[in-house]
Amino acid sequence: MTETQELEQLVKREYKYGFTTDIEQEIIPPGLDEDVVRMISAKKNEPEFMLEWRLSAFRQWKKMTEPEWAHVHYPKIDYQALSYYAAPKSQEELDAEAPESLDDVDPKLLETYEKLGIPLHERAALAGVKGANVAVDAVFDSVSVTTTFKEKLAEAGVIFCSFSEAVENHPELVKQYLGTVVPQGDNFFAALNSAVFSDGSFVYVPKGVKCPMELSTYFRINAKNTGQFERTLIIAEEGASVSYLEGCTAPQRDENQLHAAVVELVALDDAEIKYSTVQNWYPGDEEGRGGIYNFVTKRGECRGDRSKITWTQVEAGSAITWKYPSCVLKGDDSVGEFYSVAVGNNYQQIDSGTKMIHLGKRTRSTIVSKGISAGRAENAYRGLVHIGKTATDARNFTQCDSLLIGDRCGAHTFPYIEAKNASAQVEHEATTSKVSDDQMFYLRSRGLSEEDAMNMVVSGFCKDVFNELPMEFAVEAQALLAVSLEGSVG
Amino acid sequence: MALLEIKNLHAEIDGKEILKGINLSINAGEVHAIMGPNGSGKSTLCHVLGGRDGYEVTQGTITFDGHDLLEMETEERAVAGMLLGFQHPVEIPGVKNIYLLKEALNAKREAQGLDEIDTFTFMKQVRELVASMDMDDAFLHRGVNAGFSGGEKKRNEILQMLLLEPKLALLDETDSGLDIDALKVVSEGINRMRGEERGIILVTHYQRLLNYVEPDFVHVLYKGKIIKSGDKTLAHRLEAEGYQEILEEAS
Ligand SMILES: Nc1ncnc2c1ncn2[C@@H]1O[C@H](COP(=O)(O)OP(=O)(O)OP(=O)(O)O)[C@@H](O)[C@H]1O
Ligand SMILES: [Mg+2]
Repeated sequence: MTETQELEQLVKREYKYGFTTDIEQEIIPPGLDEDVVRMISAKKNEPEFMLEWRLSAFRQWKKMTEPEWAHVHYPKIDYQALSYYAAPKSQEELDAEAPESLDDVDPKLLETYEKLGIPLHERAALAGVKGANVAVDAVFDSVSVTTTFKEKLAEAGVIFCSFSEAVENHPELVKQYLGTVVPQGDNFFAALNSAVFSDGSFVYVPKGVKCPMELSTYFRINAKNTGQFERTLIIAEEGASVSYLEGCTAPQRDENQLHAAVVELVALDDAEIKYSTVQNWYPGDEEGRGGIYNFVTKRGECRGDRSKITWTQVEAGSAITWKYPSCVLKGDDSVGEFYSVAVGNNYQQIDSGTKMIHLGKRTRSTIVSKGISAGRAENAYRGLVHIGKTATDARNFTQCDSLLIGDRCGAHTFPYIEAKNASAQVEHEATTSKVSDDQMFYLRSRGLSEEDAMNMVVSGFCKDVFNELPMEFAVEAQALLAVSLEGSVG
Repeated sequence: MALLEIKNLHAEIDGKEILKGINLSINAGEVHAIMGPNGSGKSTLCHVLGGRDGYEVTQGTITFDGHDLLEMETEERAVAGMLLGFQHPVEIPGVKNIYLLKEALNAKREAQGLDEIDTFTFMKQVRELVASMDMDDAFLHRGVNAGFSGGEKKRNEILQMLLLEPKLALLDETDSGLDIDALKVVSEGINRMRGEERGIILVTHYQRLLNYVEPDFVHVLYKGKIIKSGDKTLAHRLEAEGYQEILEEAS
């Protein structure tokens, strides 16, 4: 058997996490017009300003056309065939308060966690059992099911709640910051999200406060044929710092599912925000059917001097990923970082990267992108480093590495550099390598199975990014890579 | 029964026959040296014994410690007690040496039905071995062979052998590229492995290694065949006369 055939054979593995959970859903019939937007807003009892905001976004969206990209291909999405809202029926009870014990949580939800292999203590944390050290705002479909650790956070003055709660309890903050980083009309998917977003997370860390714990959210997509429109807003005031973790995994589906989230981060003077994502959405079957379409707008603004925003992501799911977590470095001496591992297997298409927009003086950015392609996956890195006129002495360093497993996959790198200030220093390094037969043979001759050997080479390749993840996430990320590449060895 | 029994082994790469009928029998407790001109098939033999993909055995049998070796995957051979010391150890960036050592040891322990080694015992053992190889602890935390000098890579191979305590060690030119002191350290390492329960195959071009590690048998491999076998004096002859005379004798 040739190496390629062997790879092909091994790559063929079924997605471990393909299942659905049968929780009663309340779904708005498919279709999108102003009435649907009004209905969403009404269901959520939103104040007038939110409705107006949504409607204005909707009107902009109607005039926009869906973008097309050279490196991702997918059947046209019929936006009128999607349903724009789904919430578990027991929403009010579930929303009311974090459960005292696991017994109070919907057993189906716990079952979901179990199938996902989420460790027991973490399941407890997800469900809100006291004593766990990760605060979890678990999003089940579109509405927060459990929110925990609010008290401890409240003591520190940190607000960590669902977006709906923020709209209800802190409308002034929402009003002040919503859409200031990603404007409604920023792009097609952001506009759509702005019109119909269901829920998401809200974090506010006041002046001088270091958030006492890592904040974590697990997103799940679970309602049939329902677009998922999350909205996250994180604000770190002067001198504040926060680390936010987001993890995703989705049940198996027949139809492609659209996910168009928007994440906005705002860091004021000397503030620091670390946003880490480990994503494991259903990538589709061997031919890519049924996978998640992931069109996400994530942007952080270093609004204050000496502020810092770090995006760290491990992308292992989705049929199609289109995602460019970006940093707008407005404040002088502000720092943007982007560490990414993107893994594509089978027919996955990934078009990801980052944008670093340097506006302030002496702003610095670092980009470390690790792309892994197996099977017939196409993995593209697209990065923009923009050094504005005002950004005197700005610096960027970009390291972009691709690892190929087998010879039917592809890696593409598109670095764009726009330097409008002559003092800019921009460095770009790129490498492409293959997992070599020599490496595999060497490790196997030390007793490691093919899969373990592959995982070892791949984790080594990703080390620089894993080092940036919070400890427990790094372990999870490693496990996730192993699952994603299961079988893709040779 | 011999530890390793190779009978009429023929093997090819990409349809080209490299090994053309090798017979070799190695008992536990013995050290065999395999010598031979460049390109004669020494590394190929090592890779075939290691079970490398792309090396096709077209004829012959190999038994190892009672197993039909040709039925076993590379990793099965490893955990059954075969260790291949590479002529050119490959670099695996980002994977800490210590991590590979631990995984390798645990793979073997798992096959033996033992629990994973506890970190404390492991670290103690590894530190002692590292010191015995005259290596710095820092090597443990560097990427596997990444940026190692030629000699450092070879020491690292011996370190792995000492930790994994194989039944059969196949050392392919472990002495090449070593300075005088390193040759001594490596030889001492090999001698420590020497014992009743173990077989060792040394592939080498030089007598200087064999001065430190005295072989029980010496074989000359030429064009894919063992054309002459003898005791350690055969190596002395090769050193003095070169291959020409022996090749003529054999043909
Ligand atoms: N992939 C390959 N395709 C074709 N021929 C190969 C391949 N790999 C090795 N060979 C050939 O097989 C023969 C034996 O090579 P091998 O590496 O086993 O020699 P060796 O005895 O170890 O030599 P040296 O002393 O130089 O290490 C050589 O002629 C080599 O060119
Ligand atoms: Mg050789």
